[in-house]
Amino acid sequence: MSLLAVLIALFSLVPLGYVAYMTVATGWDTAVELIFRPRVGELLLNTVMLTVITVPLCLVLGAGGAWLVERTTLRGHRWWAVALAAPLAIPAFVNSYSWVSAVPSLEGIWSGVLIATLSYFPLVYIPAAAALGRLDPAIEQSAASLGLGSWAVFFRVVLPQLRIALTGGALLVSLHLLAEYGAFAMIRFDTFTTAIMVQFQSTFNGTAGNMLASVLVFLCLILLLAEVKSRGTARYARIGSGAPAKATRLPLRHYQLPAQLSLAAVTVLAFGVPVWFVLRWLIAGGSEVWAADEFLPALLQTLMYGAVGAAVTIVVAFPMAYLAVRRPSGFSKLLELSNYVTSSLPGIVVGLAFVTVTIRAVPGIYQTAGVLVAAYVLLFLPRALVNLRSGLAQAPKELDEAAQSLGKAPLTSFVRVTLRLTAPAAAGGAALVFLAIVNELTATLLLSPNGTRTLATEFWSKSSEIDYSGAAPYALLMILLSAPMTYLLFQQSKKVAGQ
Amino acid sequence: MTEHSPSALPAFRVAPSVAPTTNTHLEIAGVTKNFGSQSVLKGVDLSVAKGGTTAIVGPSGSGKTTLLRLIAGFEHPDTGSISLSGFPVAGNGVWIPAHKRHVGYVAQDGALFPHLTVGQNIAFGLNAGKIDGGRRAVNARVSDLLEMVSLDAAMAKRRPHQLSGGQQQRVALARALAREPELMLLDEPFSALDAGLRVATRRAVAKVLSEAGVTTILVTHDQAEALSFADQVAIMRAGKLAQIGNPFVVYTRPADRATAEFLGDAVILDAWMEGSLATCSLGGVPVRRPPAQGRVQLMLRPEQIRIAPDGPIRGVVVDTDYFGPETTVRIKLAESNAPHRAASGNGHRYPGGGEVITIRHWNASITKPGTELCLRVVGEGVAFPQEREHGQE
Repeated sequence: MSLLAVLIALFSLVPLGYVAYMTVATGWDTAVELIFRPRVGELLLNTVMLTVITVPLCLVLGAGGAWLVERTTLRGHRWWAVALAAPLAIPAFVNSYSWVSAVPSLEGIWSGVLIATLSYFPLVYIPAAAALGRLDPAIEQSAASLGLGSWAVFFRVVLPQLRIALTGGALLVSLHLLAEYGAFAMIRFDTFTTAIMVQFQSTFNGTAGNMLASVLVFLCLILLLAEVKSRGTARYARIGSGAPAKATRLPLRHYQLPAQLSLAAVTVLAFGVPVWFVLRWLIAGGSEVWAADEFLPALLQTLMYGAVGAAVTIVVAFPMAYLAVRRPSGFSKLLELSNYVTSSLPGIVVGLAFVTVTIRAVPGIYQTAGVLVAAYVLLFLPRALVNLRSGLAQAPKELDEAAQSLGKAPLTSFVRVTLRLTAPAAAGGAALVFLAIVNELTATLLLSPNGTRTLATEFWSKSSEIDYSGAAPYALLMILLSAPMTYLLFQQSKKVAGQ
Repeated sequence: MTEHSPSALPAFRVAPSVAPTTNTHLEIAGVTKNFGSQSVLKGVDLSVAKGGTTAIVGPSGSGKTTLLRLIAGFEHPDTGSISLSGFPVAGNGVWIPAHKRHVGYVAQDGALFPHLTVGQNIAFGLNAGKIDGGRRAVNARVSDLLEMVSLDAAMAKRRPHQLSGGQQQRVALARALAREPELMLLDEPFSALDAGLRVATRRAVAKVLSEAGVTTILVTHDQAEALSFADQVAIMRAGKLAQIGNPFVVYTRPADRATAEFLGDAVILDAWMEGSLATCSLGGVPVRRPPAQGRVQLMLRPEQIRIAPDGPIRGVVVDTDYFGPETTVRIKLAESNAPHRAASGNGHRYPGGGEVITIRHWNASITKPGTELCLRVVGEGVAFPQEREHGQE
């Protein structure tokens, strides 16, 4: 197990190693020349501004929504709880496509902020809602009994306990902002990722593109560090045993209507608009957009890549999860960290790394399905890890030992108890990886074998040719495939939080 | 959850491995175990007779669960050896893994498999292919085992999470009994249950095991549980067995002060030992086989100190704690009790005087603070050599 985990961790360091190697190989002078130029400054400004404006907006929408849904007498809060997670089922580049069709003049940073906020605020909402649901109301009641009013309780007791969920959510949003290609390319808003893609398409494997990638990786690492710092070392856990009491909900009274209206507005903008425009283009396109000879292969290939990628990811993640749960040590943490860093890298960097490494080291496998699946595995490993870890936690080693004391050989008891009990969590993790692969665009564009058509790449090529009607069926299918997975993710966040 | 005797006990087959030596079932010799730099077991020797019940009792962190896991085969000992029925299973280059030891194990929370029904859990260790009658025989066996642990046969269809804690423990026991182990290990199996259920489950389990004639080792931190469950109690402290003996002996004649205080409330007084008589604030108390002469510490159990109108010792009630059936009474002993020794002129003075002791009494009405009481000591005390830094009760 350990050996496997080490091999996987080493493999996952390929992209990071590539970036480091390229930066060194370029030579100091050239690197400085390529990095410190007005174009990079412009991209940096764009990217930083986008992040600085979008993340707080996502935090407000996500945490506010979670609070309304979980802690107030909001009417229909069960329904709203799902509605606020729903925009996650719409890939950002589909969102962008719909907004461009709605307002063709959309361009620049503010449209970037609009689309990014609407696409990514559920990444804050879901963990925040889960954390709020889990908070022990007794702590809030203690605060109230110490003389704090409702608002003071919220700011001094509730919000600090949400810190882990909020910083985690903010990190996810920032990483998505750095990595997103399609959504920003469509509104002609330049970030590092779109610029690297342009470089790649014009000069294939140019030094300039590589240096942009180095800066992008540097930004990612800074974000990871910042998150680790701000999360701190404190643990917010319930102390003591027994079932937690049910939280009381704050009466909204005459804020009920404004709350309902603002949630409705968010849902309409984030979910209604994209779905509406996809459907409109679909109707406008009539039956000819469903041309089976183009459409079916794309669907089949997407499903195939999704299924294979998900299965391989689960298999690869298992040794790591097993080590982390059963034999936690500094070593297992290091292994996890190496994966975590890699998966935080934008798809474009992982894609570039695989392109370069395969061409230089093993040209025979360049642009084969195997390399693409390997890239998917690296990008989405943590989704499987999180699930497998909680699944393995449901299968404590005491059960394994019980089976052994009942006369089962270690391998038998491992299969019949540990693997069997981890199976549901593995299926959940596989579903999430599947969802991610279905919507993956950037690395797929870079690495897919010639003639490969996935839903995402087909959608992308059609909408790049301004064939919006032709792109609509692919958008619809991506949304439909994502919907159940989004629901699953939402349910799971509640479960992980112990509800 | 009433307990009625199991009506049909399945016949337990005699262990195929007949011990070459005598009656000893489990023999542990010089076993040590470290986890990293932490030394958990520092040389443990223990021998358990066939068919006996042994309780290993000690505070948490004393290494008792580690010892049990070594016997079960979940961990390797660093040094020392373990043998079952005379056959070495661990140590000296021998290693028999857990699944080949034929040792039953019931974990703290039962460790039932959540994905299987109760019946499937119990049948887990049975191999339908190797049993005459196949499935049907397995099902019959499951029903027998459920009956043995006083559970309804209909429970076989339930899931573990639909059972109460006590029922889960019984199922875990039935599951472990299914393979007719020669040795049963119980790792604090009652500690997760609430007080009433704990006693009932403990008695039911003890009954089942003794009727089946299975050698049993119970690990617990609850000294009352250990004393009531086992016919041999081993007190574990800081990785070593401090004392091994039958429950009555370890309670009334503990080997050292820490053991005395761990096994129950103790009144400890400075005393002067001469021959087999210890003189202290409670007068002269006989001691069997005193370890030292001169200054010693004398240990008495609170129930040995009785309030009696004709008692020779005087004390004043300091305060009381009322518990319903009994009252804990703190009594300050008189400064000048038993002065005869000092007055006798042989140069010795008994140490102490004026100590506050805690005893128990059933009648709260005669133990109001400030009342003067007459006390009498019943039975023998236990003397420990004087400690460097002496703390008093």
